[in-house]
Amino acid sequence: MIRLEKRPTPSRAWSLGTPVLAVLLTMIAGGAMFAALGQDPFETIRIIFWDPLFHERFAAFSRPQLLVKAGPLILIAIGLSFGFRAGIWNIGAEGQYIVGALSGAAFGLAFYPSESVLLFPGMILAGILGGLLWAMIPAVLKVFANTNEILVSLLLVYVAEAMLASAATGWLRNPDGQGFPGSRNLARHPGTDNPELFAGTGIHWGVLAAFIAVIAAYVLFQKHMFGYQIKLAGQAPRAARFSGVNPGRMVLLCLGISGALAGAAGLFEVSGPAGQITIDFNAGYGFTAIIVAFLGRLHPIGILFAGLLMALTYIGGELAQLMLQVPAPAIQAFQGMLLFFLLALDVLSNYRIRIGRAAAA
Amino acid sequence: MIVDPVTLIVALITISTPVLLAALGELVVEKSGVLNLGVEGMMIMGAVCGFVTANEVHGYATLHEIVWLDRLAPTLAFLAGMAGAAVLSLIFAFLTQFLMSNQVATGLALTLFGLGLAALIGVGYEGQPIPEVAKPLPAALREIPVVGPILFSHDFVTYLAIFAVFAIWYVLRHTRIGLVLRAVGESHDAAHALGYKVVRIRVVAILFGGAMAGLGGAFLSVVYVENWVQGMTAGAGWIALALVVFAAWKPGRVLFGAWLFGGIAALQLRLQAAEVGVPVALLDASPYLVTIIVLVVMSSNRARAALNAPAALGKTFHASG
Amino acid sequence: MTAPLLDLRGLTKAYPGVIANDDVSFAIQPGEVHALLGENGAGKSTLVKMIYGLVKPDSGTMALNGTSYTPAEPRAARAQGVAMVFQHFSLFEALTVAENIALGMENPPKPRDLSARISDVSHAYGLPLDPESLVGDLSAGERQRVEIIRCLLQDPKLLIMDEPTSVLTPQEVEILFHTLRKLSAEGTAILYISHKLEEIRALCDAATILRLGKVVGACDPKETSAARMAELMVGKSLAQPARDAADAGEVLLEARGLNLPAASAFGTSLRDIRFEVRAGEILGIGGVAGNGQDELLAVLSGERPTPVGAVWFNGEDLARRTPEARRGLGILSAPEERLGHAAAPDMSLTENAVLTGSARKGLTKNGFIGWGRARAFADEIIERFDVRTPGNHVAARALSGGNLQKFVVGREILQDPVVLVINQPTWGVDASAAADIRQALLDLAQKGAAVIVISQDLDELLEISDRFCALNEGRLSDPRPARGLSMEEIGLMLGGAHGMHEADGTALHEATT
Repeated sequence: MIRLEKRPTPSRAWSLGTPVLAVLLTMIAGGAMFAALGQDPFETIRIIFWDPLFHERFAAFSRPQLLVKAGPLILIAIGLSFGFRAGIWNIGAEGQYIVGALSGAAFGLAFYPSESVLLFPGMILAGILGGLLWAMIPAVLKVFANTNEILVSLLLVYVAEAMLASAATGWLRNPDGQGFPGSRNLARHPGTDNPELFAGTGIHWGVLAAFIAVIAAYVLFQKHMFGYQIKLAGQAPRAARFSGVNPGRMVLLCLGISGALAGAAGLFEVSGPAGQITIDFNAGYGFTAIIVAFLGRLHPIGILFAGLLMALTYIGGELAQLMLQVPAPAIQAFQGMLLFFLLALDVLSNYRIRIGRAAAA
Repeated sequence: MIVDPVTLIVALITISTPVLLAALGELVVEKSGVLNLGVEGMMIMGAVCGFVTANEVHGYATLHEIVWLDRLAPTLAFLAGMAGAAVLSLIFAFLTQFLMSNQVATGLALTLFGLGLAALIGVGYEGQPIPEVAKPLPAALREIPVVGPILFSHDFVTYLAIFAVFAIWYVLRHTRIGLVLRAVGESHDAAHALGYKVVRIRVVAILFGGAMAGLGGAFLSVVYVENWVQGMTAGAGWIALALVVFAAWKPGRVLFGAWLFGGIAALQLRLQAAEVGVPVALLDASPYLVTIIVLVVMSSNRARAALNAPAALGKTFHASG
Repeated sequence: MTAPLLDLRGLTKAYPGVIANDDVSFAIQPGEVHALLGENGAGKSTLVKMIYGLVKPDSGTMALNGTSYTPAEPRAARAQGVAMVFQHFSLFEALTVAENIALGMENPPKPRDLSARISDVSHAYGLPLDPESLVGDLSAGERQRVEIIRCLLQDPKLLIMDEPTSVLTPQEVEILFHTLRKLSAEGTAILYISHKLEEIRALCDAATILRLGKVVGACDPKETSAARMAELMVGKSLAQPARDAADAGEVLLEARGLNLPAASAFGTSLRDIRFEVRAGEILGIGGVAGNGQDELLAVLSGERPTPVGAVWFNGEDLARRTPEARRGLGILSAPEERLGHAAAPDMSLTENAVLTGSARKGLTKNGFIGWGRARAFADEIIERFDVRTPGNHVAARALSGGNLQKFVVGREILQDPVVLVINQPTWGVDASAAADIRQALLDLAQKGAAVIVISQDLDELLEISDRFCALNEGRLSDPRPARGLSMEEIGLMLGGAHGMHEADGTALHEATT
């Protein structure tokens, strides 16, 4: 008989080892899934995880894409990690990302055709503010009306999507676009563009912001009282109140930070890689970032690697779609599987597995 | 008049059925002390499994001209939807009950995985034909003015959902199984000390919740939309979760909440069609906004909500010693 | 001697790192009240869990009425006539008394019949209860009655009672003893677990004494002195806390009509609480848990918002002071619940030192934590308060209850409090460590701090307090000098027997009709 025994202290080795093991198991299970779809599992896994980085023909194109895709994932996931560590569940980052993009783009287009150097910083601020305010809705409702932040933040994604659709087809539509939905292209207009900073690397301002967020979060979590209080609030809410942590303030701060970072990610995306507001502008980064945050164990450095890995599955997935006609949703199922394996293996860091009866100590 | 009240009521009952089923299932799960945020994922699995089954059985029956099988196709589709979602919920049950994973995170994973897997299964099925679902009651009843359409024009699953409201209320309130389920959700440690199998009871509750969400999803694709569209649940699972909270874990109020949601959704569709002066974005968002508003109103009364909420909701149980 | 009801032979149970029971053997006769005596951690709980089928022994045998007894689960134990009343009640707050009792029965009768039987039995044994009331609304004593009646409805041959009097007022203890004697006279054997010697002398026919998992003696408690039993239980004689009489200084902390609504549906409201504590004084607050102790500590520590004008420190209204600001002023506190309230279970001892120590110990600078200083503070606590742990990196939950309590108390005392509020300072701590903690509190008062000790242990309070008052249903009695108070007087201050005023009264009458 297999029994689980709670460890007195969580195992550090396992908590570092489980993400790696989870990735390996996902490759195996994913391979089985691809085999079931009639693909060669080894070839598919190679195309997803190896070819984007090392294939002689594709790597030149896909390597920079890695940072382009990882940037928003990391930025959003870092924000989410604040809340998740504190037991505050913002799962509406997708909505905050959309609203950030919308408000940043609206700010930039309001001054069209200005090419002022102040325009882009203003757009960043507008994007941050948009995401922040959108996240403040669940936060304020949680603090003052005791409303579940999980449900409100998620339901607001659908509201944000409705706003996005009306912006793309209405109030932000390109007046010179012959009636096609979609805004003016921000990336092709000096002053509102978020360019590639170093040619061939994919690094734009958003990627830079993601790296800064990783470092700032690392310092806060490791060294600062605020990081300590977040951890305390998540692990032992009563002890946190006893210590002097104001739970309401914690909700506002954590949701605010994650909203602001998701909003910024939206702005960097719309003014750079995406270029314009379209009906289907959002690509699910806000949801995938949840997987990134968990896969990175809510640790900034972990999130950095997890974001890169998840970006790789996106690019590899597209490649597999192109080369093998693997259906696009397979990648989403693949990513979900990864989160399952990670959560399942978590048991190893908190419990010891014993087979048979306990031996007398 | 832009909106005919009778057709509106008929539509709201139909639209509310999937969320009603899913919310009733989730209510039972939460009463056992488990928070499964994967309702959206289970619903969409139910939708795709139901639709694919209906289409495949229909195709086979048409090809071989087996009339009785074609007539049976919707029933098989509903069963397949329930089974598909229940299998998905089994992953959740295994992770949370045996591997003691965090219920919030696992529920989210279930939704993300379910959406992906359902989309994968459904590739190529969009717009495929399925057999029409026969109405259970005789046409003569349906033709009675006003009362006929409102009371007698619905599908079997719709009547089943309303019956389930009463059945779940009765079981929770007046039977021993219901009492044990509530006790497990109230304090798993106390229930364990009395010798009840906490994990076994919760796994069964989770499977029931999965089957109900799956039936709701299958109803959505097979009866209401009569098509498979990727991401077609569009937040219905989340609304079901919200319904449970604002119903304060009472089945009767879940029915009321589902009808309220169905009413808003049906009304906004008609207003969009009528092209009244309200912005489309606002109409699109209105079911979600109304859900949030009602959630706020219900949650702010802390003391009353707390009395009905299962005390052990979302907490991990591990029998020590 | 008749054949024993329950015969235990060589029971052994080990957990990783500790042998909870080592070759335990003894027998219980039918109708006997048998005491199982031992300190916290002596292995009493593990032993009764084995008898009740919650834990399987590693080796050894049990026999009930001469036949082999191996309950696989509590259900099997109950089926064979073994019932148990838990120390921490296995009750469901949001369910009614009748529903709770039905859950503990194999084949409960119809709800209406069950209510009638509950009324009958509760009446017959002098334990009045309304079957339809919610358990969450009951006092601790009434909750215990629910547990007892749940057991009695099954006609048990052996009733196990785990520390039953820790939640009762002296008057309620008398009622309970009366019930237990009646049961014993009817032939029900009772296994009575306690570390309170006088109770055992008053009630029990036989006693088995456990120390560190082993049987160290057996005696007839009516013939044996309390001192002899204490010696067997503890294994050494204890130093009595000593203090020099000192004059109380000026008033440091004062409550002037403190009112606070309950935080949850089953919480307690504080009503018009008034007291003052002076420098160098220990104020003891007695009372059964659940009468507002947690709430009082939370409002004094600043964890819950304090109403304006209700709590004063050195003439300053504390209403606007956060917990951190109060610590800055020197008002420190230690809540009862160690894991999850006074300490974060999964955090290391160093991190737990930061929990309250950041301000007074200078562990942070500009909001950045000096982990070196934090480790040094944790090590200081570990050393000065003899906390048994491999090091400061260990998670709080890995410590035994007593060791963690020493850490929590030490953490506050080493910050040189001006006012210290402490709830249940020695709960679950072994006798010698408890004596050390009491001595530390006395020393603190000696140095001029004002100390408020909230406790359910009346002996402890009478030993160390200068003045004593009682908290009952959120109301605080007027403090009186602790010296010379009789148990009778204290019992009345604690509110006598909860709910007894409706004994034989209308509530029961209505339920039966």
